[in-house]
Amino acid sequence: MKALRNYIDKIKPHFEKGGKFEKLHSTFDAFETLLFVPNTTNKNGVHVRDAMDMKRTMATVVLALVPALLFGIWNAGYQHFLATGQEADFWPMVLHGFLKVFPIIVVSYGTGLIIEFIFAQLRGHEVNEGFLVSGMLIPLVLPVDIPLWMVAVATAFAVIIGKEVFGGTGMNIWNPALLARAFLFFAYPAHMSGDTIWISGLSGGEGIVDGYSGATALGAAVTSGNIDKFSLMDSFLGFIPGSIGETSTLAILLGAVILIYTGVGSWRIMLSVFAGGFLMALGFNAIGSTPLMQIPALHHLVLGGFAFGAVFMATDPVSATRTTRGKYIYGFLIGVLSIMIRVFNPAYPEGVMLAILLMNTFAPLIDHFVVEGNIKRRLKRASVNA
Amino acid sequence: MSEVIKIKKGLDIRLKGKADNVFGQAQLPDLFAIKPTDFHGVVPKMVIKEGEKVKAGSVLFYDKYQPDVKFVSPVSGELKAVIRGERRKILEVVVQSDGQNESLDFGTGDVASQDRDAVVKKMLEAGAWPYLRQRPYNIIARTGDTPKAIFISGFDSAPLAPDYDFVMTGKEKEFQAGIDVLKKLADQIHIGINDDAASKLYTNISGVETHRFRGPHPAGNVGIQIGHIMPINKGDVIWTIQPQEVAAIGKLFTNGKPDFERTIVVAGSEVKKPAYFHTILGAQITPFIKDNLNTSENIRLISGNVLTGSQVSDDGYLGFYHNQLTAIPEGDEFEFMGWAAPGFGKYSVSRSFFSWLNPKKEYRLNANMHGGKRAIVVSGEYEKVLPMDIMAEQLFKAILVEDIDKMEQLGIYELAEEDIALCEFVCTSKLNLQKILRDGIDLMIKELG
Repeated sequence: MKALRNYIDKIKPHFEKGGKFEKLHSTFDAFETLLFVPNTTNKNGVHVRDAMDMKRTMATVVLALVPALLFGIWNAGYQHFLATGQEADFWPMVLHGFLKVFPIIVVSYGTGLIIEFIFAQLRGHEVNEGFLVSGMLIPLVLPVDIPLWMVAVATAFAVIIGKEVFGGTGMNIWNPALLARAFLFFAYPAHMSGDTIWISGLSGGEGIVDGYSGATALGAAVTSGNIDKFSLMDSFLGFIPGSIGETSTLAILLGAVILIYTGVGSWRIMLSVFAGGFLMALGFNAIGSTPLMQIPALHHLVLGGFAFGAVFMATDPVSATRTTRGKYIYGFLIGVLSIMIRVFNPAYPEGVMLAILLMNTFAPLIDHFVVEGNIKRRLKRASVNA
Repeated sequence: MSEVIKIKKGLDIRLKGKADNVFGQAQLPDLFAIKPTDFHGVVPKMVIKEGEKVKAGSVLFYDKYQPDVKFVSPVSGELKAVIRGERRKILEVVVQSDGQNESLDFGTGDVASQDRDAVVKKMLEAGAWPYLRQRPYNIIARTGDTPKAIFISGFDSAPLAPDYDFVMTGKEKEFQAGIDVLKKLADQIHIGINDDAASKLYTNISGVETHRFRGPHPAGNVGIQIGHIMPINKGDVIWTIQPQEVAAIGKLFTNGKPDFERTIVVAGSEVKKPAYFHTILGAQITPFIKDNLNTSENIRLISGNVLTGSQVSDDGYLGFYHNQLTAIPEGDEFEFMGWAAPGFGKYSVSRSFFSWLNPKKEYRLNANMHGGKRAIVVSGEYEKVLPMDIMAEQLFKAILVEDIDKMEQLGIYELAEEDIALCEFVCTSKLNLQKILRDGIDLMIKELG
């Protein structure tokens, strides 16, 4: 590693102010700090620091996404061969899925990172690590048959409008990855809903076996009023059509375990999203006047993007509430609203996306009231003692 | 006996190089210094010139804004140098000892018969006043104030901190005498005691209220103890003082001579033989580290502990309020893919490093930042290590936007830098929170006086 370090030190002057590649300073810096943790030491204040930094935090989230990603790759192949009625072994399924999913990931990271690097250079700060996570989240919430140019447009929208206009990572109001999905959902609805987009090859008109529908469980529930085809266990394990990363609740829960155990993700938010969704669904079960209301509460939680949203989207610390008490309220309302939107508005079966974006908007308000509570306690203490 | 107050939030950082309860041998240095930078908000006005003779207790400088508050020489000898920094700001006032240790005599007399003004005057004259610091703001107490109470933390819970049970052994009489003096200044005196230690010294002291604390650092911080017993509201003034300083005041009033003897601990992973040392306030640190450091890499020397201390050079001086000298590796080297390594040897409160497999391990932490500065992203980190009902993140944000009302409402009066040092330690975004808080406090002082 000494040789690499020496090489970096040798070329470094070219990227400093006045060097010939001055304009690439941020890019160089990003790669340098990626390869080597910098040698900066604490100058004032504490002399020792926790080893955790932003790179590690974001890398942990990406690691937690890996189970959902791997399952998604396999499932893309599995669904394809199932729909077209072909027999296939494990590895061909994986290969098929990989060839479908990998380009989406490349486009997402490529577009986002280029924009991030440009903004970092213009603003004169270090490249933020936030996009490491967003760049992985965006492919996982998209249907597998999405055209690649749409991925690029949505990513650019999310990074520029969702994040950089507010000042970059840490300053944004909405979750960038969800914003990308919402953008596509409203800009190109034909490519984001329907019966053909969830399984690769269908929209291209490949032959489908008779009686097969490529609709997601929620789509099926809206149109036909029953989800018998999607058993609770299949939905939990993820053998159903859907966005790339959202189908397997089991893989998502594995990620949740990583996030909670390392302390990177908030268990408070995850728990209260599930609690809110479950209670709301139970309430609808009690009324039961439409087919969607009759979906069992537990089943609701493993369908669509609910689990994925609860574990990976709602917990984004920047767009979520920041106070401990606020996290319970925020998560609970996301759960409640997700199911409510799902049930009341069949045009938007993906209620969880809209619910999270809506609560992102209200997160500062929730925090405000929690902080006011703290202020009132302090004032009260003062007047009691006086 | 008072009931035990359990502190749940906080963190004991397990560092290598803790001192056993033994004394090391080191000669007294020739040079001693009082550093005006140790006293926040003090603007020093020199009284004597370089080359003039001083005795222990002779005034070196006073505070421009509180001229009564005098800072005196800890030893006899002559004023060697006044070291100045940028814009001629005085950094160090260095006294060369003549080894005689002659002291001025401020007279003895029964404390019980003296009134408050006489006690205050004597403490001011003999340079003992700066021991008293006030909350809010953690600055030298104002002579005109009457505090609600005086708080003493009987133990230090910071990493590698001295064990006061050991340090104060044999100083019971002076400590009691000091308490008797402090009783003239405030009606109530509270001492926070470590429930996990014997704390014999404090149990036999009269005229005080004791409170037992149990839990991780910052349980030993006086600010945290105040927060649990008598939280500071707007307009309250509470004074704080450290145990060795109480004993010094006791000695001053019993034999008339100012006492600057201190016991310090020299600890840290780079110290060959961590131990306690008898020394004098403001001593040059050279004797403690001579032949006592591992020298394989760059070393950072800290007067005080690793969380709140100040960096000193190897010919620097102990800080006025510091009872500890710490040596850790500087860590000014690059680390290949450090953020991605499994991290068996890395210390973190998050469990993303595999070091959680080994919870008892003691660490050799260096002064590396382990990452770059970022905007605040992760939430709820600070609250886990701050055992007070304070929303730290929101308070810091209020300070950054200079919103005085919010700062006040969110409890800036209750905090000093040492109380939020752990927040800074755990901060994923590597922010300088102690500096931010100090800026906020400065702003409060400037705007509200």
